[in-house]
Amino acid sequence: MHEWDFAFLIDQRHFILQGLLGTLRLAVVSLVAGTVIGLVGATARLSGSAILRAVGTGYVEFFRNIPVLVQIFWLYFSIPILTGVQPNAYAAAAIATSLYAGAYLTEVFRSGIASIEKGQWDGARAVGFGHGMTMRYVVLPQAFRRVLPAFTNQVLEIVKTTSVASTIAYAELLYSAKLLSEQEFRPIEAYTAVGAAFILVLLPTSAIAGMMERRLARHG
Amino acid sequence: MADEVLRVEGLHKHYGPLHVLRGIDLTVRRGEAVVILGASGSGKSTLLRCLNFLEMPGAGRIHLEGRLVGREARDGRIRYPNRELSALRMRVGMVFQQFNLFPHMTAERNVMIGPMKLRGLSEAEARRVAAANLEKVGILEKARSYPAQLSGGQQQRVAIARALAMEPSMMLFDEVTSALDPELVGEVLLAMRQLREDGMTMLIVTHELGFAYNVADRVVFMEHGVIHEEGTPQQVLLNPQRPRTRDFLRSHTLFRLPEQMHDDPPGPFALTTREQG
Repeated sequence: MHEWDFAFLIDQRHFILQGLLGTLRLAVVSLVAGTVIGLVGATARLSGSAILRAVGTGYVEFFRNIPVLVQIFWLYFSIPILTGVQPNAYAAAAIATSLYAGAYLTEVFRSGIASIEKGQWDGARAVGFGHGMTMRYVVLPQAFRRVLPAFTNQVLEIVKTTSVASTIAYAELLYSAKLLSEQEFRPIEAYTAVGAAFILVLLPTSAIAGMMERRLARHG
Repeated sequence: MADEVLRVEGLHKHYGPLHVLRGIDLTVRRGEAVVILGASGSGKSTLLRCLNFLEMPGAGRIHLEGRLVGREARDGRIRYPNRELSALRMRVGMVFQQFNLFPHMTAERNVMIGPMKLRGLSEAEARRVAAANLEKVGILEKARSYPAQLSGGQQQRVAIARALAMEPSMMLFDEVTSALDPELVGEVLLAMRQLREDGMTMLIVTHELGFAYNVADRVVFMEHGVIHEEGTPQQVLLNPQRPRTRDFLRSHTLFRLPEQMHDDPPGPFALTTREQG
C-alpha cells in the first residue's frame, strides 16, 4: 500500500510555483494570440473573397488536423535543421499552441457570427452602418453571447494543451512535476499535485464564465 | 424637379435566371405617401430592398433628391461604392416586416446608436433625439425596455423611431404589419399615418387595403416585376382597370363584415383606435 507524502511538494513549492507560472504564461499568450488569430480567421472564412475564404479554411484544416504535439516537435526539432535557427522551448511551444488555439477559435467565432440572423445585418445597414460598424456594434456583441459556452470550453482546452510543452523541456507545471517526481521518487504525489493545480486554475475560470453567461442571458 | 425625392428609371433585378424586376419607373414627390400592392413574388419587396441597396439593382437608375446614385462607368453600367451606399442609407429610412431591432440594446439604445456613431451626436443629444422619436410613435414609456420585453407592435414602433432618428429624406416600409397579431396592426398603422400627416415622404409595401385607401396619395399595383396599374387610391382600389388588379383586390376582400358588404368594390376599412400598452 502506497504511503502518501506531500511534504516534499511543500519544501519545493517555489519550484512548483515556477512551473505554474510557466503554464500560465504559455496559456495567456496562446489565448490572446489564438483569440486574435480566431477573429481574423473567422473574418476570412466569412469574407466575400474566395481567396480569403480558402486561406482561412486551409489554415483551420491544417492546424486542426495535426496533433499539437507533432506541431511542437516539428517546430522544435525540424526548424533548426531546416534553417539553422534553434527556437527556444518557450517560443516553439507558444507558436504551436497559439496556431492550434487559433484554428479552433476561428471555428468558434465563425459559427457565432454566422448564427446572427440576416435581419440584423439588414437592420444595421438600413441605419447606415458599413461592414465594420455592423460587426462591431451589432453582430459581434450578439455573437459573443452565443459562443460564450463554446469559447469557455476552448479556453479550458487550450490551458490544458499547454502541458504538451513539457515534452520539449519547457518549464511548465507538468515538466516541473516530472523533474520533482524523478528526484524524489514520488510520481503519484507529483502528478496528483499537477492535476489539483489545473483544477484550481480552471474551476474559477469556468465559474467566471458561468456568471458572465447568466448575466448576459438576462436580455435577448 | 425640385420636389422629387425619388426617381427610379428602368430598374431591373435578376436572381440568376429569375428576372424579378423588369423595368420599374417610379417617382415619389416630397411629402407623398405611395403604397405598393401586389401578390407575393410580384417583386415589391425586392424593389424596396433595391432602393436601399440591401439588394444590388441591375440595370436602371435611381435618383435621390435629384442626384444619380452611384457612378456611371464608360460601359453605361453604374457602380455603387460602399461609402456612398452607407451615406444613402442614412437618408433613406427602412422598416422591416421582422422589425430587426438589435436585441442586446434597449429601445432607447436602438434609436441612439445610429445618431451617435454616424451623425456624431453626443450621448445626451442622442438621448434627446431618441426620446423625441419614441414619443412621436407613442412608446416613450418603453425606452428602457429590451426588444424581447415588447410586443410586436411596440417593437415595430421602436423600429420606426430608429429609422426616423437618422432624419431621413424618405422612409421605406416593407410589409411592416404582416408579422403582427391582428390587434397590434392598428397601433403601427396609426403611427405611420401620423408620419404622413407630419409630411414624411413614404413608400409603403402593405396588404392593408384600408390603410392604402385612407392614407396613400397614390397606389401602385405590381405584377411580375412591372408596375401593372397606378393611380389614386380611389382609382386603383375602387375602380381598377386591369383584370389582374381586380382579381387581386377581390381575393383580398373575399370575406367582409356585413356593414362593408354594400361597398362594392372594396371600400375603406376603419382603423382601430389607438391602444397604448
